[in-house]
Amino acid sequence: MSYTRETDHGTPPAIATGKSVTLTIDGQPVTMPEGTSIMRAASLTGCSIPKLCATDNVESFGSCRLCLVEVEGRGGYPASCTTPIAEGMVVRTQSERLKQLRRGVMELYISDHPLDCLTCPANGDCELQEQAGAVGLRDVRYGYDGATNMGQAKDQSNPYFDFDPSKCIVCSRCVRACDEVQGTFALTIEGRGFDSKVAPSQGQDFLSSECVSCGACVQACPTATLTEKKVVEVGTPDRAVVTTCAYCGVGCTFRAEMRGEELVRMVPWKDGKANRGHSCVKGRFAWGYAQHRDRILNPMIRASVDEPWREVSWEEAIAHTASEFRRIQAKYGTRSIGGITSSRCTNEETFLVQKLIRQGFGNNNVDTCARVCHSPTGYGLKTTFGTSAGTQDFDSVMQADVILVIGANPTDGHPVFASRMKKRLRQGAKLIVIDPRRIDLVKSPHVEADHHLPLRPGTNVAMLTALAHVIVTEKLYDEAFIRERCDWDEFAEWADFVSEPQRSPEAVEPLTGVSAEEVRMAARLYATGGDAAIYYGLGVTEHSQGSSTVMAIANLAMATGNIGREGVGVNPLRGQNNVQGACDMGSFPHELSGYRHVSDDAARGQFEQAWGVTLDAEPGLRIPNMLDAATDGTFKGIFIQGEDILQSDPNTHHVAAGLAAMECVVVQDLFLNETANYAHVFLPGSTFLEKDGTFTNAERRIQRVRKVMAPLNGFEDWEIVQLVAQAMGLGWSYAHPSEIMDEIAALTPTFAGVHYDRLEEEGSLQWPANDAAPDGTPTMHIDGFVRGKGKFVVTDYVPTDEKTGPRFPLLLTTGRILSQYNVGAQTRRTANEAWHAEDRLEIHPTDAENRGINDGDWVSLKSRAGETSLRALITERVAPGVVYTTFHHPDTQANVITTDYSDWATNCPEYKVTAVQVMRSNGPSDWQRDYASQARQSRRIAPLEAAE
Amino acid sequence: MSDENEVMSTEDRLIYMANQIARNVAALGEVEAVAMTADHIRAFWDPAMKQRIAVLATARPDALSPIAAAAVGRIMAP
Repeated sequence: MSYTRETDHGTPPAIATGKSVTLTIDGQPVTMPEGTSIMRAASLTGCSIPKLCATDNVESFGSCRLCLVEVEGRGGYPASCTTPIAEGMVVRTQSERLKQLRRGVMELYISDHPLDCLTCPANGDCELQEQAGAVGLRDVRYGYDGATNMGQAKDQSNPYFDFDPSKCIVCSRCVRACDEVQGTFALTIEGRGFDSKVAPSQGQDFLSSECVSCGACVQACPTATLTEKKVVEVGTPDRAVVTTCAYCGVGCTFRAEMRGEELVRMVPWKDGKANRGHSCVKGRFAWGYAQHRDRILNPMIRASVDEPWREVSWEEAIAHTASEFRRIQAKYGTRSIGGITSSRCTNEETFLVQKLIRQGFGNNNVDTCARVCHSPTGYGLKTTFGTSAGTQDFDSVMQADVILVIGANPTDGHPVFASRMKKRLRQGAKLIVIDPRRIDLVKSPHVEADHHLPLRPGTNVAMLTALAHVIVTEKLYDEAFIRERCDWDEFAEWADFVSEPQRSPEAVEPLTGVSAEEVRMAARLYATGGDAAIYYGLGVTEHSQGSSTVMAIANLAMATGNIGREGVGVNPLRGQNNVQGACDMGSFPHELSGYRHVSDDAARGQFEQAWGVTLDAEPGLRIPNMLDAATDGTFKGIFIQGEDILQSDPNTHHVAAGLAAMECVVVQDLFLNETANYAHVFLPGSTFLEKDGTFTNAERRIQRVRKVMAPLNGFEDWEIVQLVAQAMGLGWSYAHPSEIMDEIAALTPTFAGVHYDRLEEEGSLQWPANDAAPDGTPTMHIDGFVRGKGKFVVTDYVPTDEKTGPRFPLLLTTGRILSQYNVGAQTRRTANEAWHAEDRLEIHPTDAENRGINDGDWVSLKSRAGETSLRALITERVAPGVVYTTFHHPDTQANVITTDYSDWATNCPEYKVTAVQVMRSNGPSDWQRDYASQARQSRRIAPLEAAE
Repeated sequence: MSDENEVMSTEDRLIYMANQIARNVAALGEVEAVAMTADHIRAFWDPAMKQRIAVLATARPDALSPIAAAAVGRIMAP
């Protein structure tokens, strides 16, 4: 699409009442929903009333007085933004008097505004400029002498945007966007009258204020006051392409605004169903990694990981990959190689990697990063409901009366969704937080948890069973729902189990560390507070009982009838931009696309017919099993696309040993990541800006990724996989990712209706999207569960084997921070480093004092698995006995500490429970120094030899 | 687990995994727990892992819990 700004209708849509109103605007009859503002009604019919302080993602304010209209039978000149339409109303948007009033307003604005339009970064993209033209402003009778606000200094502290108060018209859009859209309340108007000015926090600069750099204020600003630095540098965009963010599982859609092939800015797309026109610092601003100097653009190979890399042609790299894999299979057997799909690459690319492995390698040795995050979700929800995915869309949260957040920190991990959740909480929904840490949601501006249950890490199942105990013994369950929708006998067995005295809140209080009374109150609120929704994250799944915890959550939702409509449900907050999609596409060793077991003859038969080969009916190896098999000498080759197991998987020593034991490690990625230290072939990948395809977010929403620039490495990722497949003798000939999606649709019942032309029409589709649900499925299990009857599963609390003791008395849990993303491969290569340049160890003041640790001191963090060092951050966000860190920086080596314990059903690592000791240290550990040195060695690239 | 840095061998890990599955489904009662453990191993373990645990069940009869041992026996039964 060429560049046009998205239409701004001035005020948000009215809350639906089901009624319509008919009025007349400038002689034309107009029918609109009751409650719509005059401004919005006019705009929707193509009549643009001048405005400055109104914008359609925040409530109207009525301050600029530019949008005045005449309403027959009413005195004065009401502001159209704050006046709702009424039946029979007659509105005039233009008259001589209105023109005078509007010109007068503009004169006042321009009298205190720089007249440097031609050199201003907003030239051509400025609403003030536009309105001055629209109202016919020709001169400013006040002149420009006297006091002005034009001399104020710029605040350029934020790495991504400038704040130039001299251009501010104090419309308050930025303040309101920060309040209503983002929910951070970082901005205010300081002073009054002529002295009014926008101020971050306590008059600080943007970088040191509470601003989270979401960009909502920049988007809302009608002038050049808040402008992206890139626009200042490059100029305004000349075209825009809608695409989907490549960071987290919210799946925000953006307009990639370009000038030629240069990306100028990413602006949230208003029609994006996942983000509704909002963004976070990562998707909005942190895309510069695509052009970072660390990016590898040429294929490389080496015979041994001790040698420097040698740049080669694509032909040589692909041929070498294919021949090595075939050599290894000839020597060690068909099952001696495998691969890992990427949860950051598209559905089409993931499908091709698992197809390469199944059709080309002839085995099911394929796995994906969901192994280490939400594989328990797949197991648990499939067992209880019949589908390995969440039950709602994000909009559903706006109907919830009670929100229960367990093992998730959405303000950091899923910030755009968290902003919507906070909006609902500010409207009065109740909040229960179950988390060892006092996450931001527990208490932040205008949001406070009704109950925070700071349980001891590793006791999720005990806690959830205690909640169930209350619900069952106090008869708070929804019997009618259970009898109709679930297996009553299974419920009765489960109810007997949870009712036992040893599962009561009182009995488990010594285990969980949470007061029984608080647990009882939380249970009653969840069961009786209205529509109740559960949102959970990796604090649920990354445990030795991760799958049991997911099933316990499903049990609670079924017991209380909180399934099958808006405002309720079980909502896993999926991490990666396409981890849902990777799972959907058959990335697990036991499942084909659409979650059908490889032993399912009918499903496998379909693929065999389509692909012309006999497929393995036995499950393949999961990632930890691949590493075990490697050290045992039976697994010798691996194809890893867009995944850094050496940094992200637990027990780094074990991962390193496994990789080192292989004969051919192929890494397809943007950068030489930690895993590439052990690689023999490096195939440079493409970013989300450089390819077409689709991502599937946490709502099961399939959205388009659109190419905005040619891939710097020469190929889109799916093309590289095709080259490898062709070199291995597979006759693939896809010309475009849409053809791959057509194949997915043909072979995957839940995707049967997904084609690119439908995605163009609808914008997105939530699977299942097929004949039974041609427009997709926002809410699941409405009339019945996918498996028929919902299944109650008895989930007994089995304590983790990771025990604290005299040598390791503390418990370490891990998580994410807003500005960095996972292993930081992308975000560390952007200006987001300004907010989080290192991982810190959060430690309670009591634990710190007992160890003589001050804030900022280097400390050693040691577990049974290993030791590392990082700097301490003393805070009461963690309870005594618990420490916390992030894992965004490879030099922290956080996974040297984590153990091999994992979920019983899926081997999802128990990242959230590691027994540790913390002591003061002098600096980085010997391992960290040795590792850094080894990594530097491994990244050497041999200089190209000069041509003869 | 002791405080020493004990690295599990692959065999130890397989035994641990089988026992862990059994422990987590034990509350269902022995009959159902054996069936569930067997089904789980059948559905999710690759052939080499299944063969290996069967060998271990014979070579180290005390290593597997009763439920796990019964489940492994069921998988490998002709």
